[in-house]
Amino acid sequence: MFHLAAGRVGSLAAKRATAALSTSSARMMASHGHEVSTAVDMSKPQYTDSADYPLPDVPYKQVLTDADKSLKQKEKGPWNQLSKEEKLALYRLKFLKTYPEMRHSTPEWKTALGAALFLMGLTGFIVWWQKVYVFPKRPRTFEGDWPEKQLKRMLDMRINPVQGISSKWDYEKGQWK
Amino acid sequence: MFRAAVRLSVSGVRSLTRTQPGCQALLASRGYSHGKQETDEEFDARWVTYFNKPDIDAWELRKGMNTLVCYDLVPEPKILEAALRACRRLNDLASAIRILEAVKDKAGPHKDIYPYVIQELKPVLEELGISTPEELGIDKL
Repeated sequence: MFHLAAGRVGSLAAKRATAALSTSSARMMASHGHEVSTAVDMSKPQYTDSADYPLPDVPYKQVLTDADKSLKQKEKGPWNQLSKEEKLALYRLKFLKTYPEMRHSTPEWKTALGAALFLMGLTGFIVWWQKVYVFPKRPRTFEGDWPEKQLKRMLDMRINPVQGISSKWDYEKGQWK
Repeated sequence: MFRAAVRLSVSGVRSLTRTQPGCQALLASRGYSHGKQETDEEFDARWVTYFNKPDIDAWELRKGMNTLVCYDLVPEPKILEAALRACRRLNDLASAIRILEAVKDKAGPHKDIYPYVIQELKPVLEELGISTPEELGIDKL
């Protein structure tokens, strides 16, 4: 049925072909009802709950019981004779969710925000741990009066006198400008 | 009363013109800058005719409604009446209720449009025996 000339076909094509083979065999198995898979037939119209698509292509419940069928028969008559429960039942046969049910928000954002902040906190912890246990000692050029002496030396050498650090030092008054 | 409240957008409230005769925006439903612009009345008439087709089929009803809700407007009660009568001809109460839900949804933050529409449709709803979502309790979660 599906011949793979392994020698001729490149590895990528072989992988794609294998995938196609396994998909088609899965479909075959689904149609024979051996597997648990409830593969949806995407070639048929689907039911969707969408606020901008009020009347979906198919009713929600397509397999009707006898009670449903008799209700559908009653629907052909005057609707004034239907009770509220019957009207609701007819609605739920055709639609899964009402508009409020479709539209209502979930508290998922709290989970998402919480997880994000937690991971940021975890990252912060890892950074601190690295500072304590991983990073080597700071160079001695940061300790004691070294930085001050270093800065004085830079000013004496007139480092970056035009726009840089020495330009910010007032040499006459001996202070920053 | 509706002048400030019922301004959905610039091209918005074209169909809901009953209460504000001065605010009619003469805009076509298509985004052409050339050609003759369709008036609100022409738009409404076209849609009423569409739903009034005696032998309208279920697909046409669905197509009509799904298209109508995609426009930036709340349909006039007379268009909705034609759609509800089409539901009656198709023996489809569920879709009629769904249409009312969709109208409420289309009004968005303008909370006074839906009660007005229901008020206008009251005779039709009573005649055909269509319950509003509020009467059935499905307007709440």
